[in-house]
Amino acid sequence: MVLVFIETREGKVKKSSWEILGEAKRRAAELGVPTAAAYVGPAAECFSPEVFARGADKVFLLGNAQLAHYSAQGFAIALADLVRETSPQAVFIAATALGRDLAPRLAARIGATAASDCVKVEVRDGRLEFTRPIFAGKAFLVGRLRSTPQVLTLRPNVFAAVAPAADAAAGEVVTRAAAIPEGAVKGQVEAMIKGAGEEIDVTEAEVIVSGGRGMKAPENFELLRSLAAVIPRSAVGASRSAVDSGWIDHGHQVGQTGKTVSPSLYMAFGISGAIQHLAGMSSSKVIVAVNKDPEAPIFKVADYGIVGDLFQVIPPLRDELKKLFE
Amino acid sequence: MNILVFIKRVPDTESRVRASADSRSIVEEGLNFIISPNDEYAVEAALRLRETKGGTVTVISAGPDEATATLKKCLAMGADEALLVKDPLSETYDGLRVARIIAKTVEARFPGFDLLLFGKASVGADNALVPSMVAEMLGLPQANAVVKLAVEGSAGTAEREIEGAAERVSFSLPAVVSAQKGLNEPRYETLKGIMAAKRKVIPVVTLDELGLGGDAAAPQVEIVRIDMPPARQAGKIIPGTPEEAAKALAQLLRHEAKII
Repeated sequence: MVLVFIETREGKVKKSSWEILGEAKRRAAELGVPTAAAYVGPAAECFSPEVFARGADKVFLLGNAQLAHYSAQGFAIALADLVRETSPQAVFIAATALGRDLAPRLAARIGATAASDCVKVEVRDGRLEFTRPIFAGKAFLVGRLRSTPQVLTLRPNVFAAVAPAADAAAGEVVTRAAAIPEGAVKGQVEAMIKGAGEEIDVTEAEVIVSGGRGMKAPENFELLRSLAAVIPRSAVGASRSAVDSGWIDHGHQVGQTGKTVSPSLYMAFGISGAIQHLAGMSSSKVIVAVNKDPEAPIFKVADYGIVGDLFQVIPPLRDELKKLFE
Repeated sequence: MNILVFIKRVPDTESRVRASADSRSIVEEGLNFIISPNDEYAVEAALRLRETKGGTVTVISAGPDEATATLKKCLAMGADEALLVKDPLSETYDGLRVARIIAKTVEARFPGFDLLLFGKASVGADNALVPSMVAEMLGLPQANAVVKLAVEGSAGTAEREIEGAAERVSFSLPAVVSAQKGLNEPRYETLKGIMAAKRKVIPVVTLDELGLGGDAAAPQVEIVRIDMPPARQAGKIIPGTPEEAAKALAQLLRHEAKII
């Protein structure tokens, strides 16, 4: 069995969970084993037969009043008990903020190591072989885990979800109370604090419009936001120098000391392309660079480049893209 | 408050990395090593807590002899004590193994701690496994990748970034907290601190002494190979006025790249 943790937020299953369920389905078929999906705590309310159409053969709903708020401790206890009972070959968890918090705790609880942020999973000699970026993508580690089960976190935006088939057969649903000993949960999430807008994170965006030193001032990031506003599922990114200058919050930083991203389209405005920035974005499918300096290293990795003033390029680009998306 | 900070010596983020001839490791020769940037935020957080709550800050690194220099940097920043856990293996990418070493070190040497601080991930291995694994092994609550941290009495609160928002986590002490950019602005070493750190002898503990000799710390990650990313080819430079180029770019993205 390949067990997939289904992550929900505000009553909805995250897209990344459907992606890893799709990948679990494909690898499980190669291994000749079924796939199972686990919903923990209030996530159980998000259960719908869609999960079967998305690749699950079986569903576990693990409830307990102590799991009402997310805690790595509580969720790991619930999942570890399920793992001990069902002995899956592998456990897949999306490499989201929550997934990266939970997966290592679960792995340690079942005495297994783990591999984070995998971008490729293959079956070799009946075992899983993962590929994951190291040095933020300056190199890739291809490896296997000797411990079982194979606990992997999979990067969002990389794996294809299964398009739900209308005639998918419903599988078995197992509902059970997770046994959480009294006092075992010593820390938990109290509240979610939302920013001003409904922003998409750079790690989940399909398009990133990113600004660097060439943006010159914090207010000029409004121009990038106006461009992002016309592109569906897009986010604003930034280079380290823009963040360190205080022009934009560090949550937007792409690169080795920020976030590693793999969007379909990465547009770099006024970013020269320091090696630590290139490491974080060079696995993007298509890269666009706009920079005044024709010698900027970013042009060496860009599929499309415009040598020019970003302040003169962005407004007509925004208008043209707006027309295309309408 | 007794605070333990776990740090790692890693290649500078400006480094170009390349795989060794057997493709099983990264060539370390010629690389400049630094403290993992996330760990600096952890050291700074520890020093600030000591300033307001009193107590001691001990920095610990599991690694080669050369990690002594990294520990000395932390002493120069203001940490009270340091310990090197000598690890004969270079990077194993095995978080469970490192977490076992750290958990054993804490149990054997630091029974009365209040807080274990880490960087959210070591730059390089990028695994972000060790803090949560240590928390599980020691039965402690965890708060990872925090950008705000407050401790009052025997409880703490932290804020951590999640996709497009933040969440507030509350926990009891002792606890595991991992730090990231945004938590604080790490201080520089002082000249006085550097001189004092130079004279300090850093104690060393071996895996054998921790009861982790032989196969007890055998890596569980089999490194098949280390690949270099495919080199990207420089594409086309779009000519014309900014307006013409912008329009052409939009059309190319739709009709040639077919991504919008």
